[in-house]
Amino acid sequence: MSIKRTVLSPQRYGRRSFLKAAAMTSSAAALMACGSRDSLKAFLQKDFRSLSPDEIQAIIRRLEAQYTQAFGKEFSVSAQEPLPETFFAYALDISRCIGCRKCVYGCVEENNQSRDPQIHWIQVLEMEKETGIDFLHANLYYTHEEVPYEGHFYLPVQCQQCKNPPCVKACPVGATWTEPDGIVVVDYNWCIGCRACMAGCPYGARHFNWGKVGLPAEETNPATHYLGNRPRSKGVVEKCTFCIQRVREGRYPKCVEVCPVGARKFGNLLDENDEIRYILENKRVIILKEELNTQPKFYYFYGT
Amino acid sequence: MKSIRLKSSWIILIFAVVVLNPPAITGQDPQDQQEIAVPPPPFTEDIFPCSECHADLEVNRDRRELEEFHDDIVLKHDEENRWCLDCHDAENRDMLHTAGGRLIDYKESYKLCGQCHGPKLRDWKAGIHGRRTGFWNGQKEYLLCAHCHDPHAPQYPRMTPEPAPKKPGIIK
Repeated sequence: MSIKRTVLSPQRYGRRSFLKAAAMTSSAAALMACGSRDSLKAFLQKDFRSLSPDEIQAIIRRLEAQYTQAFGKEFSVSAQEPLPETFFAYALDISRCIGCRKCVYGCVEENNQSRDPQIHWIQVLEMEKETGIDFLHANLYYTHEEVPYEGHFYLPVQCQQCKNPPCVKACPVGATWTEPDGIVVVDYNWCIGCRACMAGCPYGARHFNWGKVGLPAEETNPATHYLGNRPRSKGVVEKCTFCIQRVREGRYPKCVEVCPVGARKFGNLLDENDEIRYILENKRVIILKEELNTQPKFYYFYGT
Repeated sequence: MKSIRLKSSWIILIFAVVVLNPPAITGQDPQDQQEIAVPPPPFTEDIFPCSECHADLEVNRDRRELEEFHDDIVLKHDEENRWCLDCHDAENRDMLHTAGGRLIDYKESYKLCGQCHGPKLRDWKAGIHGRRTGFWNGQKEYLLCAHCHDPHAPQYPRMTPEPAPKKPGIIK
């Protein structure tokens, strides 16, 4: 018996079984490194759409305990399903918006975005009235004493909730998809952080947690949804969900409620008496980058 | 006494808006098919009812610069053509009136505004003009025109914007 035979020899076991054994050894080591049982469970968790109701409940309980402990206050994580007969859409009155950015910060508070590093789901672009909608020369960083600034108008951009979303097609692992009520969501536990969706999105509406999420406990919103505003971790992509935690309970999204000029409108496209239907039927409506065939459900209109 | 009665009537109105959530409150005026539930009008503190002071004052219909009272009001709302009594009623001081003389309660001032701003009133009723809060599939809360627009100078005031986002930089 030679010494060679006692070693995991490629000749004896074949390359395939050698690689398999090596991969299993290293992943076992990685799992050990996870530490607690909870993080082990999180690591082994399936993607959201393959989970049974019981598994979802177990995951929600685990997350609630985890967030409650981390932030020192009672967190709730909902997995409220889409309401029947709903297909959400949004409309924004360009002639009303004054560029005050109240929506930006209302959204940050409601949806537990990282404060530092800073993540904003809504970006208010300032443009010149003379040139019209022109993304190339738009200014995101305006700092005027008072708004609206002479000769300018404002175009807030957030996730356009496309009916034909390029981000969903770009995701290699199926961690982002369109829900039956039209909301494009992300499973933060399934996202691998490759940022292909961000490359696919023509609206810059997806944001990546490059660093450790800076979310002061006293500023957190503890009423969360699994597919929405639950606290995220480093290395995942996030985006506007029409405030899924609110709209699936019948409430308006936060940005609609905080807009001081009432420029933001939200509703159900399937209800013919809805505000959104009124806008589509009676106002001049545009969608952004129509030529890309993304088919946004986020409409811009002129109320005047 | 009057102000207490008025306050209680507001409380009843708010109750009606918040708890009972009527889709439409039937108006007393047969001309109005429906009324819209709104929060109470945004009066300056202790200014209403107007009749408390005006009951003893003689009506002066002359267009003039106000000196003793209401001198803080700067009219910037078609001021060349209009005057206090074009909207405020001289006989019934606690009411407004339309161009045709029909008395309008302050709680329904949108009917007065809608005389000139018809398309805006139509959009407001449809929920397109002005802020809505509450439930997209249920009870919605409206605001009166006067909650956002000072009727004497209705242009929406400019405001200081919230801070600009940080420019992307090195993330630790």
